[in-house]
Amino acid sequence: MDAARSVGYISAMAEHDHDHNEGSNLSEMELRVRALETILVDKGYIESAALDRIVELYETKIGPHIGAQVIAKAWSDPGFRQALLEDASKAVGMLTEVGRVGDHLIAIENTPQLHNMVVCTLCSCYPTDVLGLPPTWYKSFAYRSRLVKEPRAVLADFGVALPAETEIRVWDSTAETRYMVVPMRPAGTEGWSEAQLAKLITRDCMIGAGLPKKPSEVA
Amino acid sequence: MDGVHDMGGMDGFGKVEPEPNEPVFHHRWEGRVLAMSRAIGVFRAWTIDTSRYAIELMAPSIYLTRPYYEKWFLRNQSLLIERGLIDADEVAAGRALRPAKNLTRGPFTLTDVEKVTKRGSYSRPAPAAARFKAGDRVRTKNIHPTTHTRLPRYARGRVGVVERLHGAHIFPDSVAAGKGEDPQWLYTVRFDAQELWGADADPQLKVSIEAFEPYLEHV
Repeated sequence: MDAARSVGYISAMAEHDHDHNEGSNLSEMELRVRALETILVDKGYIESAALDRIVELYETKIGPHIGAQVIAKAWSDPGFRQALLEDASKAVGMLTEVGRVGDHLIAIENTPQLHNMVVCTLCSCYPTDVLGLPPTWYKSFAYRSRLVKEPRAVLADFGVALPAETEIRVWDSTAETRYMVVPMRPAGTEGWSEAQLAKLITRDCMIGAGLPKKPSEVA
Repeated sequence: MDGVHDMGGMDGFGKVEPEPNEPVFHHRWEGRVLAMSRAIGVFRAWTIDTSRYAIELMAPSIYLTRPYYEKWFLRNQSLLIERGLIDADEVAAGRALRPAKNLTRGPFTLTDVEKVTKRGSYSRPAPAAARFKAGDRVRTKNIHPTTHTRLPRYARGRVGVVERLHGAHIFPDSVAAGKGEDPQWLYTVRFDAQELWGADADPQLKVSIEAFEPYLEHV
């Protein structure tokens, strides 16, 4: 690509509205985005109904409830847990209630000695197929800069404290591989159904920034 | 490139601030930008690596201050113009002024949605045997290309251990430079935190990156 021309143009466009205050900038964004959509529709590249559907999918269908189902099954079914750790794309793809996920999904398991955490220091790579779109904090400069150096301080921002002797492993998603954390099953959940277990499993605990809920929190 | 996007290990960005019950999109236009980004993908006008590089090329003052999806919007608009799918005067006018050029397929419609809401495969046949195996000690190269790379600054010139092999993947450094997919072996390489951050680092911390073979050499 013609890099210099591209960046010059982006900068020029961004300067154009730089004098406006935050409030008018937001409404101006709405107008500018609508204008681009209009151009793409008029020229025959896209149909707006298809964009509506993508937004709806990410708002209602593709979210952390998928990952929670996967983890609940792994906690309940040792054969599935093994398959998940060996090839997560394949194992999750075989769950009919979840359906196909993209390639290169990798599940990494927490143990009493080891706590896994996932980050993308270079942009915002995230296991979207199983967790939906990343939350703002995952894309924040604070998380991206600090996690690889001081993960315990970052965990403290989430209200999580781990024993000093627990090893922390940070996975920086610098390629198209996508990592999801398999948290430890909380004590006191013996005999729970997968549907009950799934209620314990938060988005944050599948990225390593949190722990599953306590059984008393969902009872 | 040694850009501001390469944030691992930087100080000064403050606390991580999770937002309780965060919506998937904070403004309507954010969802439209995401959906347009996905939809335009079917025209194969650019790849994921090209689009990341376009964001890295933004001036630091823009990268650091513009909201996440505004950067996506600026990137989309810029690449659409650069690839000739739309024209700058149409952006200024807010509507299409002439028919699409070189339209190789019909519009992106509802039936195309599934294609772009699941990740595709970045694996390719390996061009040669892998140079490294699990357990090998390797050193990352001390490279500072002015173009796109996925080897973060904090992990250059460091000794680590190969932990996993992921087969050969599309090589982002090559794609973003317009030199084709040039598939390369991809490895997970694990470092002790003290190798990355010095003697004061958390002795119980390990950090891994996903490293393409050209980033690595035998120790």
